[in-house]
Amino acid sequence: MERCRIVFSGAGGQGVITAAIILAEAAVLHEGLEATQTQSYGPEARGGATRAEVIIADAPIRYPKVTQPNVLVCLTQEAYNKYSGIIRPGGILLSDSRLVKPQSKVDARQASLPMYDSVIKEIGKPIVFNICMLGSVLGMTRIVSLESVTKSLQTHIPGEFFESSTRALALGAGLASNID
Amino acid sequence: MSAGLKFVQGNEACVEAALYAGLQFYAGYPITPSSEIAEHLAVRLPRVGGTFLQLEDEIASICAIIGASLTGCKVMTATSGPGFSLMQEGLGYAIMAEIPCVIVNVMRGGPSTGLPTCPSQGDICQARWGAHGDHAIIALTASTLQDVFEITVHAFNTAETYRTPVILLLDEVVGHMREKLVVPEAGAIATVDRLKTSLKLGMDYHPYLPREDGRLPMSDFGGQHRYNVTGLFHDMWGFPTQEPSMVHGLLRHLVDKIANNADSICRYKEYYLEDAHIVLISYGGSARSALHVVENRRVRGERLGLLELQTIWPFPYSVVESKCANARYIVVVEMNMGQVTRAVKRAVAHPDRVVLANRIDGVFITPTDIRNILRLIQGKGV
Repeated sequence: MERCRIVFSGAGGQGVITAAIILAEAAVLHEGLEATQTQSYGPEARGGATRAEVIIADAPIRYPKVTQPNVLVCLTQEAYNKYSGIIRPGGILLSDSRLVKPQSKVDARQASLPMYDSVIKEIGKPIVFNICMLGSVLGMTRIVSLESVTKSLQTHIPGEFFESSTRALALGAGLASNID
Repeated sequence: MSAGLKFVQGNEACVEAALYAGLQFYAGYPITPSSEIAEHLAVRLPRVGGTFLQLEDEIASICAIIGASLTGCKVMTATSGPGFSLMQEGLGYAIMAEIPCVIVNVMRGGPSTGLPTCPSQGDICQARWGAHGDHAIIALTASTLQDVFEITVHAFNTAETYRTPVILLLDEVVGHMREKLVVPEAGAIATVDRLKTSLKLGMDYHPYLPREDGRLPMSDFGGQHRYNVTGLFHDMWGFPTQEPSMVHGLLRHLVDKIANNADSICRYKEYYLEDAHIVLISYGGSARSALHVVENRRVRGERLGLLELQTIWPFPYSVVESKCANARYIVVVEMNMGQVTRAVKRAVAHPDRVVLANRIDGVFITPTDIRNILRLIQGKGV
């Protein structure tokens, strides 16, 4: 498989790091792949742009950070403005249509999906926004299967939120399947 | 999915390995980027009948593990630079009193409180010479989670074998990164148990009288035998002495027991060294960036190799000398101002061929940083 480098970015509290861990764990524990997950710490973790990185591959990963992602997710305008320039040419840039106004000059396939609004409307719990986003990433890239991620959700999401998380995952995947 | 397969942080890999090695007592004061070690042991250690203590500072922490070790427990503490500075007096005491313990230092930027959340490898020389007085020390490191596991077990084994503190130098990148870890089945990696005296109650026990093989059987403090433990130079009963021949003999013993066994303590990994014109030497998180460069250049036919050090102290002079014998250039990749580079220059036949590729700004050294140095020494410009 082609090595996949993903950066999830947003604001502290949106769950981008949790989403990154769930995805990478699913690849390693349930699909037999290699994955690394890192995050930037420091002042960025306190309300500013927060960033989590995942590499998934079928061969050992040495340098574990992502400098040029194939897939970039931006869940705030600040994160978009800060990170949209780092995307690998031809990569996928996913953002939320309510929270981010995309600009056209990025050399990437841009998808602006109503993830936040759909979560509020269909599920009513903003806490699963990150899982909806993960569903959209999987819908667009098929890096790992929804089943594998669902297994990871079971270990990471406490009982009462598990059901709404699986609905959010399917919701996100559905949103992605509607784009061309 | 295999039984021991996990997806965890480097700090958790260290915890898993410590429990595997038989850790029974942990005392510490949480500090970034080592805090997850305390966090996970606080949950895990009591479940296996061990004791977890959070103390008021790092001085208390190292003193607590020294005391617990004397009573027969396998012990560990974990910290980062500022806490490691506070531990130096206790470290020297453990060296002098020959008390097995493992001290994890997940390095961050320094000096002082420095850069709490950023990677650095600036404590290499502090690990060697932080405690005062002539002494030998063992310091180990690792770059992958699987290696963190194996080296942590090795740290416990080495501490027990040589009755000495062992320092595990991790860094923020390895400590916080998540990747695959396969915890081996019990028994797959040998663990060294505490060597205890077979002398019964009432028999004359000499706590500081080495056997012929240099090892000193211990007696659980507070158990069958009464003896003295001190940071002063001492005789075979543990009582203070200034007798020059005993002082000389003890200091020689403390240094020689490690220096004479450097080969069995020494761990390293090598990649593509057989025909390498340029040898990269690295360790810890930096070795991941170095290996990335080596593998990418090998695909293009360039003769690069990597020597990854896992034992930093005692420094593997002979390994470095022999592995670099045919190198046109030796590039040491580390996140400090050349602390291992200095040792490498002392090891090789041509110190003028040793170049430093480093980063000291709190940013994890990238393959591009290393490639730029390679281009310079190859005369290609950046």
